[in-house]
Amino acid sequence: MTYIVKPVNHHPNLEKNALGLTRRDYEGTISTLCAGCGHDSISAAVIEACYDLSLASDQIAKLSGIGCSSKSPSYFLNQAHGFNSVHGRMPSVATGANLGNQDLMYLGVSGDGDTAGIGIGQFMHAARRQLNITYIVENNGTYGLTKGQFSATNDQGSKSKYGEENVLAPIDLAAMAIQLGAGFVGRSFSGDKDQLVPLLKAAMKFKGFSLIDIISPCVTFNNHVGSTKSYDYIREHNESVSSLDFVPIEQEIKTSYNKGSKVEVPLHDGAILTLEKLSKKYNPLDKGLAVQSLNEAEKNGKVLTGLLYINPEVKDHAEILNISDTPLNEFSDKELCPGSDKLAKVNASLN
Amino acid sequence: MSKITSINEFVIKFANVNGSGSASANQMFAKGIFRSGIPVSPKNIFPSNIQGLPTWFEIRASEKGYLGRKAGIDFMVAMNPQSYLQDVAEINPGGYLLYDSSWKREFHRDDINIIEVPLTSLCVDEFQNPKTRLLFKNLVYVGALSYLMSMNKDIFIELIEEQFKGKEKLIAPNVQALEMGFNYAKKHLTDVCNIKVNQKNLTDGMILTNGNNAGGLGCVYGGATVCAWYPITPSTSLAESYKKYCDQFRVDDKTGKNKFAFVQAEDELSSIGMAIGANWNGARAFTATSGPGISLMTEFVGLAYFAEIPVVIFNIQRGGPSTGMPTRTQQSDILSCAYASHGDTKHVMLIPADPKECFEFAAESFDISDRLQTPVFVLSDLDIGMNDWTCPEFEWDDSKKFDRGKVLSKDDLENMESWGRYLDVDGDGIPFRTLPGTHPEKGAYFTRGSSHDEYARYVEDGEVNARNMSRILKKFEGADKFLPKPIFKQETNASSNGLIYFGSTEAAMQESLDQLSIAGFPIDAMRIRSFPFGAEVWDFIDQHERIFLVEQNRDAQMKTLIVSEGSINPQKFISILCFDGAPITANFISESILEIISENSVSKTAEEMK
Repeated sequence: MTYIVKPVNHHPNLEKNALGLTRRDYEGTISTLCAGCGHDSISAAVIEACYDLSLASDQIAKLSGIGCSSKSPSYFLNQAHGFNSVHGRMPSVATGANLGNQDLMYLGVSGDGDTAGIGIGQFMHAARRQLNITYIVENNGTYGLTKGQFSATNDQGSKSKYGEENVLAPIDLAAMAIQLGAGFVGRSFSGDKDQLVPLLKAAMKFKGFSLIDIISPCVTFNNHVGSTKSYDYIREHNESVSSLDFVPIEQEIKTSYNKGSKVEVPLHDGAILTLEKLSKKYNPLDKGLAVQSLNEAEKNGKVLTGLLYINPEVKDHAEILNISDTPLNEFSDKELCPGSDKLAKVNASLN
Repeated sequence: MSKITSINEFVIKFANVNGSGSASANQMFAKGIFRSGIPVSPKNIFPSNIQGLPTWFEIRASEKGYLGRKAGIDFMVAMNPQSYLQDVAEINPGGYLLYDSSWKREFHRDDINIIEVPLTSLCVDEFQNPKTRLLFKNLVYVGALSYLMSMNKDIFIELIEEQFKGKEKLIAPNVQALEMGFNYAKKHLTDVCNIKVNQKNLTDGMILTNGNNAGGLGCVYGGATVCAWYPITPSTSLAESYKKYCDQFRVDDKTGKNKFAFVQAEDELSSIGMAIGANWNGARAFTATSGPGISLMTEFVGLAYFAEIPVVIFNIQRGGPSTGMPTRTQQSDILSCAYASHGDTKHVMLIPADPKECFEFAAESFDISDRLQTPVFVLSDLDIGMNDWTCPEFEWDDSKKFDRGKVLSKDDLENMESWGRYLDVDGDGIPFRTLPGTHPEKGAYFTRGSSHDEYARYVEDGEVNARNMSRILKKFEGADKFLPKPIFKQETNASSNGLIYFGSTEAAMQESLDQLSIAGFPIDAMRIRSFPFGAEVWDFIDQHERIFLVEQNRDAQMKTLIVSEGSINPQKFISILCFDGAPITANFISESILEIISENSVSKTAEEMK
């Protein structure tokens, strides 16, 4: 599992985005995850989303905790600073990083053990604080690096590779995030790139806490018959609530929708998110309905995917704290140190 | 009846019920002595409780400048019947007891002077509101004391006016309560008390403040922009002080926006995680906590150590282990901070001894942490942190620039052929770092707590990891040149006995050294102010046959640190240990040392006789 440098030779005719970059410019090192791992598809989707949005990699910070999922930031965006922190504590590191410089885009990558187990407290408080981050959970229901123990998102009754049945009820991270006030909550499947890429793009453009809980099968420990997080099971039980089209501010809306089935959500920078509702009943702006739908789907053995909830009016953490528009890491000594005159006044107040 | 007679040298103690509003009145009395030009050290001895339990407030006034705690009370203001028994027992023979004589009492001590003031009755007659009656009782005894000790009453009126600036309505009734006490004493208690405060000018150029107030201010001056913290006694007021001074000095006039972030985290793991994240991005950040918080933070401390991210951690030590004595003082986290976290780790520690050093070390800690790219602990304690100390005014040199350490700019990167995040270019073990977002193509790397090579790449090659660990140690071994040097009480060594101490023990030390000199045993003393120890510390130990090491913990933690870091024979040290949670006293130190010295001289003589 050593670090493997990828060759950087590009085909001269590769397609380029607005920054003149190819998809390969958004890649990372070669993955050391198992062949067929859902996480690698997610990395590919992240690359695709960043390429499509013409994002400058150096203006992105990618942070993770510990586990298979948390290794994956190495495998995309080589020009972005990365931070592989401690188990379950990525949200606090990301919160601090964001306080230090809110101009960067923060991409948090975590797993179900990292987020729903050891780090659930930090996850909840980051959502509550409305940390401006795209928080990806690569959810495979198992602890892969330690060889297949159940995680807290594993469904009750689901079987381990060794035939053991999970006796505890799962934690639904999406439902929890909605309850906690996260501004953007989606769920997707690593095998559904068409759904995942636009969802990622929208999440990246959203200012506030955006969670995407991505079911990402573990081919080695949780992809067998009897598992509810296998490729086959998810394909059979996936129920998408909406299909999403993210329209950046500079583009006009091209896709046409059937009247009445479309919801348009303006984002903070003026970009527009267009949703085609696949279910007439569903409204992603309705918090109560979102939670109710998730509960019902769970009862019916369905996995609800798509943009589940969005509140475009949230203020992010930096805004809540009234932090200056200039990032805190850019202030000079003079702007930060009050100097001896002010100190004389402090002294005078203490004698 | 004998009466203690003293001018400007005494200990007065107030025994109150927690939550009765006594603290501010007692503080006012202390400040009154300070404003009379007499050095003073008030100590709040409070329970971990909001209302109902006994609480005490001790004030030592000393024109000699002896400001350590002193056992034995010259004047007791006993306001809490719950603790009368123990309070009365503490009074020195010839001392004074003032109590609320609205309910008369027998105290069964014929060697003390009992002063009766019917505080409750006076307040009931004068004020209508039951709550005000209770609160004003405290000011009535302040008024009575100011008469009894011949203090200038106007000083207190001035203090009341300052305290209620903006709430002018409250000034008149407070002054009225003060006058009531003063006038009652003038009428009924003439020539009762022989303890007096005589106006001097010994507090010119001095301030009366606590270490947490100073530490928070120091963080503002040191350029900290992020404070992430979790409430825990006795550190909370440091974070709050940072916020208070930021509100004064760090709000943009034009936009009304903050040039700081103040985040109360959900726990200590999160607070240090945030501080590390901000520092990773080049914003100076700190957290403040106490022992239990340190325990929770240790995993993250190891990450910052190994990934080489600056972070400043204030540990306002309290009585441990476990929840321990949250409202009492100790120096018992020396080892848990010096070696915090699993694996081989060692950390820089700054150990301030008074509020002025809390201010200075707080400001410097960010330079040190940025320079060394490593966590820095500032080890204060409850005694310094929460009690007001008479100390010299804060000073600041406007020509000082922050030392941000080895951070590469966009231009630096532009002109570099290659760069390794953990490459020792200068031979000092300190590598160059980059901040996210600096350069579009150069300088990005993966920060990680797993083993890595000079280019921040994940490796499992044991040799590479050992090389990296050795480089980090090299950095640590060269750290002392950036740290505060020890302070010596006697420049030229006059004795074969040396004494080492640190932190809040400073308050008691001068008095103790004077006592030892008077007893015929002058001792050379050295105050340690930082870790790792520099040559001065080793030389001092080398130059003395025997070292007394004074600590406020049970296990002689500083001794363990010195012995292990310097490979010194532990037999050379004699530990003087105080760990009852009360600030150490000069008498305790001197008596412990004299006992050992005299025992030794007796056994020496016995040996010689053989």
